[in-house]
Amino acid sequence: MSLLTRKHKRRGAFLAVILIALAAATFLMLRAFNENLLFYFLPTQVKEGQAPKNHDFRMGGLVLKGSIKKDGLTVHFEVTDLHNSIPVVYKGILPDLFHENRGVIVEGRMTGPDLFTADQVLAKHDAKYQPPEMTPAMKKYMQTH
Amino acid sequence: MVAETGHFALILALLVALVQATVPLIGAQRRDAALMAVAGPAAIVQFLLAAAAFFALMYCYVTSDFSVLNVAQNSYSNKPLFYKITGVWGDHEGSMLLWELILTGYAAAVALFGGKLPQGLRTRALAVQSMVSFSFLLFILLTSNPFLRLVPAPLNGQGLNPLLEDPGLAFHPPILYLGYVGFSMAFSFAIAALIEGKVDAAWAHWIRPWSLAAWCFLTLGITGGSWWAYYTLGWGGWWYWDPTENASFMPWLAGTALLHAATVVEKRGTMKAWTVLLAIITFSLSLLGTFLVRSGVLTSVHSFATDPQRGVYILTLLGVVIGGSLALFGLRAPSLKSGALFAPVSREGGLLFGNVFLSAALGTVLLGTLYPLFADALNLGKVSVGPPFFNATFVPIMIPVCIAMPVGALLAWKRGNLQLALKRLLPAFLVAAALAVCVALLMAGQGRFITAAAAVALAAWILVGMLTGLAQQIHFREVPFKTSLQRLLKLPRTFHGMTVAHIGMACVILGITGSTLGRVQNIQIMHIGDTVHISGFDVTLKKVRDDIKGPGYTFSRGTFDVSSHGKPVTVMYPEKKHFTVPPEDTTHAAIRTTLLGDLYVVLAGHDAKGGYITRIYYDPFVVWIFLGGGLFAAGGLLSITDRRHRVGAPQRNNEAAPERKTS
Repeated sequence: MSLLTRKHKRRGAFLAVILIALAAATFLMLRAFNENLLFYFLPTQVKEGQAPKNHDFRMGGLVLKGSIKKDGLTVHFEVTDLHNSIPVVYKGILPDLFHENRGVIVEGRMTGPDLFTADQVLAKHDAKYQPPEMTPAMKKYMQTH
Repeated sequence: MVAETGHFALILALLVALVQATVPLIGAQRRDAALMAVAGPAAIVQFLLAAAAFFALMYCYVTSDFSVLNVAQNSYSNKPLFYKITGVWGDHEGSMLLWELILTGYAAAVALFGGKLPQGLRTRALAVQSMVSFSFLLFILLTSNPFLRLVPAPLNGQGLNPLLEDPGLAFHPPILYLGYVGFSMAFSFAIAALIEGKVDAAWAHWIRPWSLAAWCFLTLGITGGSWWAYYTLGWGGWWYWDPTENASFMPWLAGTALLHAATVVEKRGTMKAWTVLLAIITFSLSLLGTFLVRSGVLTSVHSFATDPQRGVYILTLLGVVIGGSLALFGLRAPSLKSGALFAPVSREGGLLFGNVFLSAALGTVLLGTLYPLFADALNLGKVSVGPPFFNATFVPIMIPVCIAMPVGALLAWKRGNLQLALKRLLPAFLVAAALAVCVALLMAGQGRFITAAAAVALAAWILVGMLTGLAQQIHFREVPFKTSLQRLLKLPRTFHGMTVAHIGMACVILGITGSTLGRVQNIQIMHIGDTVHISGFDVTLKKVRDDIKGPGYTFSRGTFDVSSHGKPVTVMYPEKKHFTVPPEDTTHAAIRTTLLGDLYVVLAGHDAKGGYITRIYYDPFVVWIFLGGGLFAAGGLLSITDRRHRVGAPQRNNEAAPERKTS
């Protein structure tokens, strides 16, 4: 076997390794993608029925003022985008940054026509945080409240 | 006045940067020694100016000069001095200034300590570094000027987010940036080498200490950040695959690949183009990370600044840097021919294997991090890619890397003997298998016990495998013990560094496995006197004191007695702080750390009926994650201190003619 062909064979082997790695990565990625994408909706979109019925999703907005009710480890509150609000129930400990009138993201699903059951509540570091869609309305709201 | 002086220093630095980015480069092309000599002093002056601006801002913070907008927004006169100082980089403007300071600091270090480098390469690298610096100075002056005045000055500031008021976090950004920005040096050397059209073993040797230093800092920064999240956020989580975390993790992955690839260039003179490309990619990912964090395009638990104008600027910069350097790379890469033969079964083959998989893993993280951006831009809806995605893609891709790690380390350069290597690794295999069986039997029936057994086996395989490599180097048990010991001391530090860092990987695997598969947690309402049983511990709530006064906050402190089988173990005091400016609560978990596992107690608040909401975890082996991270950095440090980097650094064969044809 000449040196050249051996060299080519080796190059072929490398290419094979790289292709296999790429294929494996792509396969894993696509599979994981389908299962793990979480879509994000505002309460209005949820009201309009845009959110998936039997799949987890995320809902973002502000914690409606005066809506927080705690009963032991169970917390009820409403998430609002200033047009509509959706009641949320969560069992567990809320993050420190969870406050009335602050941005919040809840992860979970609709468990009733008008009830969102959250597995996870994420509050923002940033007091200035707000979902981008509602910025103008937000600003007005924050000035008046 | 001080603020204006700082502002002025920044403008001067911008002008010096412009000179340093152009004059030496023209000099290098024309081989004009006088023009080239500008680079070194310019780099030092630029660093001093950046330092002057930085300390001017620090002075404004320390003296609580609220007529400076940035100080008014982020500080408070009652704040302890320590946090006034660290508050300088607690916000966007200050942290960008720190970025710039470190960027110029690396350039100044090359100017001062890079005497061994050939003049052409050093000059060009300093010029490229200065181009980056120029862009950042412009960015700071145009969009993020920390010295803007506020009229009228308020009586007091708005305070720093109290979450950031933590000694661990105070030092987190500087260390992280030393890593992030440090890769700019590797980038500058890569671009300089592309301009020169010359990449060789000596080049790989020169970029090594700079890349290693950056990598060590980045490792420490990521580990420290992870540890901070673990003990501060009160969730006991140490990694969330949050965009901000990924932003620092991606350059780390690329940097890890770069270090390994550069070894191949240094030892075998192959994989040149790939190494240069990695240097470009690593720094581009650092810039991308800055963009992701600073622009606020991704919703993250971390990002504390959002401003589209800044995002657009950094994105443009990113486009120019990536586009420009890749174009240059495309132009010059064909000339980077490698001379040597490349056998698949060899040390370099093993390193290439690791590189391919690391890059694939990097690709998945990149995709998962950026996908929400693309989806939003293409109107596919607002999505987030959660931790399950990363766990399902990143982890399986890393497994072959870990399996191959000890094998590759045992193969010789040029042409290895796979059979011999595997034979030597038989003890490692047996230990791993035995441990796997033990773990499987111990945990049988509990969910995912097979995964746990496999992961523990993998950790053992790496540990024993790396020790086997060491034993082979010192001819352990083949020669008298004393001779072995002498050989051990004489081994190059790079070898020790490699062994230590790879053993760190074994520790990280152990920690991640213990914490993700073995964690037990209880959330409950406790009254005084209640006891919770967890993993062999009895945790009893003794008392809670409310409204204790602290500087700038009040706090509640719980007292929990911990005993095990009737014997007292320790007393734990978790706290909850209530800040007044800005009004925030922070949770301070009490953690009892041992090598076997952490007991983690959180006092989360009251319920309406006089009970206390508590969260109690037992996290097996979690501390090994942070110890492993420490070992990574220790390994890197050992490698930097290798004597080859200090004396007798390799000289290019044709040192007399450092300039090569450039076109």
